[in-house]
Amino acid sequence: MNLTTDEIAENFALFSDWEERYQYLIDLGKSLPHLDEAYKADLYKVRGCTSQVWLVPDVAEGKLRFQADSDALIVKGLIAVLMSAYNAKTPSEISEFPIKDYFDSLGLGQNLSPNRRNGFFAMVEKIKSLALAAQN
Amino acid sequence: MTVVVPVPPFHVDNPWKEDFPALTKLVDGKLPAYLDSASSAQKPESVINAMQNCYADGYANIHRGLYGWSQDLTQKYEDVRAKLAHFIGAKENEVIFTKNATESINLVAYAWGMQNLSEGDEIILTEMEHHANIVPWQILRERQGFTINTVPALDNGSLDIKAYENLLSPQTKFVGIVHISNALGTVNPVEQMIDIAKKYNQDIKVLIDGTQSVIHRIVHMDKLKCDFFSFTGHKLYGPTGIGVLWAREELLNCMSPFLGGGDMIETVSFEKTTYKDAPAKFEAGTPSIAQVIGLGAALDYIHQCGLSDILTHEESIKEYCTHKLQSLPFVKLYGHGDFESVGIFSFTVEGCDINDVAMILDQLGVYVRTGHHCCIPLMEALNVSGTIRASCGLYTDKNDIDALISGIEKAYKMLRA
Repeated sequence: MNLTTDEIAENFALFSDWEERYQYLIDLGKSLPHLDEAYKADLYKVRGCTSQVWLVPDVAEGKLRFQADSDALIVKGLIAVLMSAYNAKTPSEISEFPIKDYFDSLGLGQNLSPNRRNGFFAMVEKIKSLALAAQN
Repeated sequence: MTVVVPVPPFHVDNPWKEDFPALTKLVDGKLPAYLDSASSAQKPESVINAMQNCYADGYANIHRGLYGWSQDLTQKYEDVRAKLAHFIGAKENEVIFTKNATESINLVAYAWGMQNLSEGDEIILTEMEHHANIVPWQILRERQGFTINTVPALDNGSLDIKAYENLLSPQTKFVGIVHISNALGTVNPVEQMIDIAKKYNQDIKVLIDGTQSVIHRIVHMDKLKCDFFSFTGHKLYGPTGIGVLWAREELLNCMSPFLGGGDMIETVSFEKTTYKDAPAKFEAGTPSIAQVIGLGAALDYIHQCGLSDILTHEESIKEYCTHKLQSLPFVKLYGHGDFESVGIFSFTVEGCDINDVAMILDQLGVYVRTGHHCCIPLMEALNVSGTIRASCGLYTDKNDIDALISGIEKAYKMLRA
């Protein structure tokens, strides 16, 4: 189910209103694999979220891989979009990717605002800091 | 080219909605259904104007200057204290301005609790309390070592009064009760609960958290017979940054100051400082002047609408919304059982995450709150991690409720499809 950023952008281009965008996010959220219950621990919980969000990072062969989950389907859908940009990428690819522009182009930019307390912003920040740490 | 969008009729069953500028402007082509008034209320134009005029027409610090601006504004500021006293049926010098209800309760904890609570003493709080009436007492407990006992909330969203009676003991010094639950809308039988405490021991001090009740009920301190009563301005259609503590004069005179500084002193020397009487003793530093003026305008506005007319309207909206929510088979509504309640609705939607529902409602222009509503112990008692909360104000109309109901139906359909 690993969609590329281009594939997601093409899908979003077909939608004419918020309802179609949200329904797609919900469907993406439903298709995101569930995180093993053992990982739903405080260690992996992203803090500062109104929804519960977990992020499990892993580094192999110079690439960062993530598993993530949330109680909220829309947040899971946003995670799926995020994974198209970030999953199985090198730390420098992650650091260089214009995530804000990408989300803006999908009409989802508001979710990257720090005031948006659905947990998504905190997760993006966490991935960026992991990438930065892996670069140094 | 400017496209003029016709504004649909929005106040068919509400004569006051048009007084609130934020509620009469289209957002993405829709009128907002603002259903988060229990968190903070919208402001009528008269409040916004009063605050602007406070700064634009002869602004100065109060209680200080001998010039006209300072004296005039001091008079207006003290007039608001008199209006508040009248509004809650109290004496003027018993009304203390704070920054919010949280500070009012902290004031009681520090200025009364620190002197009067120690090891071996007990206080009683209810499981329905807002964190603002829990945490200050826990902080004090760490220093002073008393015990906090809690009145359980029943599954139906009311308090276990029998258990409350059993908690009273010769060691009980203080009882803190929320008048109306900000999470459930339950109106607690505070008159009865105060009576029970005072009959057991008339020295027990009772604090009523009136944050929601000053909005949705007529309160009268002489009839209520509590010792402390706290509330905030911003839920009462006034500005943020202004709260109120009411306490009996005799009690205020026995209490130490909470914050020290200017305006609360009689004389200051490094050897000894003496304080003014209440309320000045508890109002250190330059107060929130424009906010007090704004709150005064809010009280004038409520008076102009007529509080009993407001309550009648709110009751009919509450009944309409209760009926609508209860008729959705996939909605679980908390509270609103066979007891008094107001238009605050906590609910969950079967198989749906609360935040998903709220995010979809947001897209539909329906603004609600999700989470624990600063009442984690209550949520635990009800065995739920959080709820969606829709709460009404005097401006809420049938259209807002209809938007909420159709929004929930849409969210359920989208999420469960």
